[in-house]
Amino acid sequence: MALHTRKGGSGRAVSAMGLSKAQIAANFSDLHPPLDAHEARVESDRCYFCHDAPCMTACPTTIDIPLFIREINTGNPDGAARTIFMQNILGGMCARVCPTETLCEQACVRNVAEGKPVKIGLLQRYATDHLMEQKRQPFARAKATGKRVAVVGAGPAGLACAHRLALHGHAVEMFEARKKPGGLNEYGIAAYKATDDFARREAAYVMGVGGIKVNYGKALGKNLKLEKLRRDFDAVFLGVGLQGVNALGLSGEDGPGVDDAVDYIAELRQASDLTKLKVGKKIAVVGGGMTAIDIAVQSKLLGAEEVMILYRRAQAKMGASPFEQELAKSKGVVIHHNLMPVKVKKKAGRMAALICERTTERNGKVTGTGKRVEFPCDVVFKAIGQTYTDPTGGVLRLEKGRILADAERRTSLPGVWAGGDCVYGGKDLTVASVDDGRRAADSIHAALMG
Amino acid sequence: MANLSTNFLGIKSPNPFWLASAPPTDKAYNVVRAFQAGWGGVVWKTLGEAGPPVVNVSGPRYGAIWGADRRLLGLNNIELITDRDLEINLQEIKQVKRDWKDRAVVVSLMVPCQEDSWKAILARVEETEADGIELNFGCPHGMSERGMGAAVGQVPEYIEMVARWCKQNTRMPVIVKLTPNITDIRYPARAAKKGGADAVSLINTISSITSVNLDSFSPEPSIDGKGSHGGYCGPAVKPIALNMVAEIARDAETRGLPISGIGGVTTWRDAAEFIALGCGTVQVCTAAMTYGFKVVQEMIDGLSEWMDRKGHRSLADFQGRAVGNVTDWQYLNLNYVTKAHIDQELCIKCGRCHIACEDTSHQAITAEKGGVRHFEVKDEECVGCNLCVNVCPVENCITMVPMRKGATDPRTGRKVTGDYGNWTQHPNNPMSCKAAE
Repeated sequence: MALHTRKGGSGRAVSAMGLSKAQIAANFSDLHPPLDAHEARVESDRCYFCHDAPCMTACPTTIDIPLFIREINTGNPDGAARTIFMQNILGGMCARVCPTETLCEQACVRNVAEGKPVKIGLLQRYATDHLMEQKRQPFARAKATGKRVAVVGAGPAGLACAHRLALHGHAVEMFEARKKPGGLNEYGIAAYKATDDFARREAAYVMGVGGIKVNYGKALGKNLKLEKLRRDFDAVFLGVGLQGVNALGLSGEDGPGVDDAVDYIAELRQASDLTKLKVGKKIAVVGGGMTAIDIAVQSKLLGAEEVMILYRRAQAKMGASPFEQELAKSKGVVIHHNLMPVKVKKKAGRMAALICERTTERNGKVTGTGKRVEFPCDVVFKAIGQTYTDPTGGVLRLEKGRILADAERRTSLPGVWAGGDCVYGGKDLTVASVDDGRRAADSIHAALMG
Repeated sequence: MANLSTNFLGIKSPNPFWLASAPPTDKAYNVVRAFQAGWGGVVWKTLGEAGPPVVNVSGPRYGAIWGADRRLLGLNNIELITDRDLEINLQEIKQVKRDWKDRAVVVSLMVPCQEDSWKAILARVEETEADGIELNFGCPHGMSERGMGAAVGQVPEYIEMVARWCKQNTRMPVIVKLTPNITDIRYPARAAKKGGADAVSLINTISSITSVNLDSFSPEPSIDGKGSHGGYCGPAVKPIALNMVAEIARDAETRGLPISGIGGVTTWRDAAEFIALGCGTVQVCTAAMTYGFKVVQEMIDGLSEWMDRKGHRSLADFQGRAVGNVTDWQYLNLNYVTKAHIDQELCIKCGRCHIACEDTSHQAITAEKGGVRHFEVKDEECVGCNLCVNVCPVENCITMVPMRKGATDPRTGRKVTGDYGNWTQHPNNPMSCKAAE
């Protein structure tokens, strides 16, 4: 399937770049290669086993980081993995994709001491890989409770919730709109962060606990109704993510040459042969978050000649971490700040350029300066955020367009919990979704067992 | 899941990790926090006799040595026994034991070497319903100058006498804590057994001066320009403790005497080693004082994980399993030949193995090959001493590989027979005799 012709365009100047398989393999290899046993030993030796450890506080899932690092250091990597999985059953993926530089590793006291945090993410990967490679489950399920729970969405929140519920002894039935589990882990994360089909392997490992049945091709609001789930199950968890994409608000943005970064990344992640994936020559990415970086870097790795990121505010406001920005720059991506797109310029029906206006910010508000700049390009990617599209028919209370849930992730509707990106206040992070799923599961368990 | 519970002299605890009698067990506040963190038991910091309590210095009480990255390897202290009022300690012990029935609460004692003094304190401790007593015959500093602590522990006759007094005057199990500041640990252990003690615990701290201040020329820790020897403990003392435990475990006179192992226990592995040498429980202090009580979680999980992996369902499954393998040098197999082997994939080419061998040992490791840095063992020179393994910064990069039966040792030209042969049988030994058939 030719991606950029999918939305009605045709005959566009995009094609596979003819990179060799070896070149593609090298480009999409592990961003951070795993630690070997010696490296893990040396690195784990650096942890101070801090009291009330700042890294642990910074972790959305509150993994006991000093304890698991000490367990690695004392030759007990499997115990370390259990310590991680106790709080975060997707600890393997989080070790790969968490922006550790703005979470645990930013908080590491070694930053103060010598400007070099303990490599917590890589140590977490070392431990979780060690246990997962043996195909050993970290925990055994409690006795069956006879309770049945529906989990809608098999992304990070849904998987974490289902796993915890299964551990508590409940029977879990999952409903997933797509053909595979994993959600954004499978379809959204940059390929070089989750190599070797890790998302699929991890989902299989998580569901390996038992007591979890998955129904694929079941989309809430389409062939699945919340009312029926509420009738058929003792509790329902919604981890449906975000389906909508923000619009640029430009004429011509629905035409050929303008695409959603999220869609393209999904296609990239599912492509069996990246050498055949079509890619633009000159690409303009609009946005300033992680998705903007992911699409820009991957486009470059696929062979695009020029890739630029256009962000409407100053650099300090970018959602992408400094590390991610550096990563993009190191791959040859050019990042422009204080530019907002105003017009798509076409030539003979094809994308020719994105015309932008320089901006200034006053009291946090972005305003155009009137000065225009033209960026010749053949593909424009929108990476300006996703939106929640309510599939429940308006029965749940929303806040700023997303589901309102309390600290235990209870929604306004009795018997319905929700977590992950679809919930208001979410951090749009895998690790935060996992935390939601676990919290919701513990809350459901408490509610069901009285 | 492995069962870590212990029954030591009838004193039960959910795991073998006890806090040693030391600053961390001086007050109910600390002990309760320790139990909340998961410690299996405590030996309450040593109580003295009724009357005005001892007085501690108000200057530095600890000195230390550090490894790379300022990792604390050895700690020395000049703190005395508890300086709190006896009555307060007794009340707190009673309350803690009442609140924590599943944990071991043993009380450490040190009073003057008179039967009446011991009789008096024993009666008071019994009232607390503590699980047992530990006789502090070990403190090397301060109290020993007053005829207590190590001053008793260094005289086997005194140990036997006091142990006997205690056994005659209390129903509680009696543990004698031994000082390592002696020549041969077997003598005090034998004396404790003769006196009727139910168990020994060891080692107490080692007399030490951690450093000398080169500006003031005072030993550290320095109290107003002067220092006194203190008691040394922490990871650095573990090898000394393991040996002393092993000596008691394999001595014909004390074999089977229950032992609570103390000395540098920092990780689950250290604990497993003490237990493999026969200990029923281990006591910890420095690790807790360095990292806080939470450190016990690593010990519990690590020990349990290792036991599961090895198929040990309870501590009894491996307790004492190493004792039979501790022997005298003269019985080591002189026909056993090993050669160092350097894994070239793991080698980072630092050259430490080479220079250690070249300068201080047997010139058995190359430094270059074909003009590039290359470190490889010359089997014809290697005596199998293991020094290169110990100085190599990369774990498992250099390993000692036993030579197979039938191979010829290129160093000696002798064939490896695979037969056992020790010094007592060796032709070079003028006292050699034929091995018993």
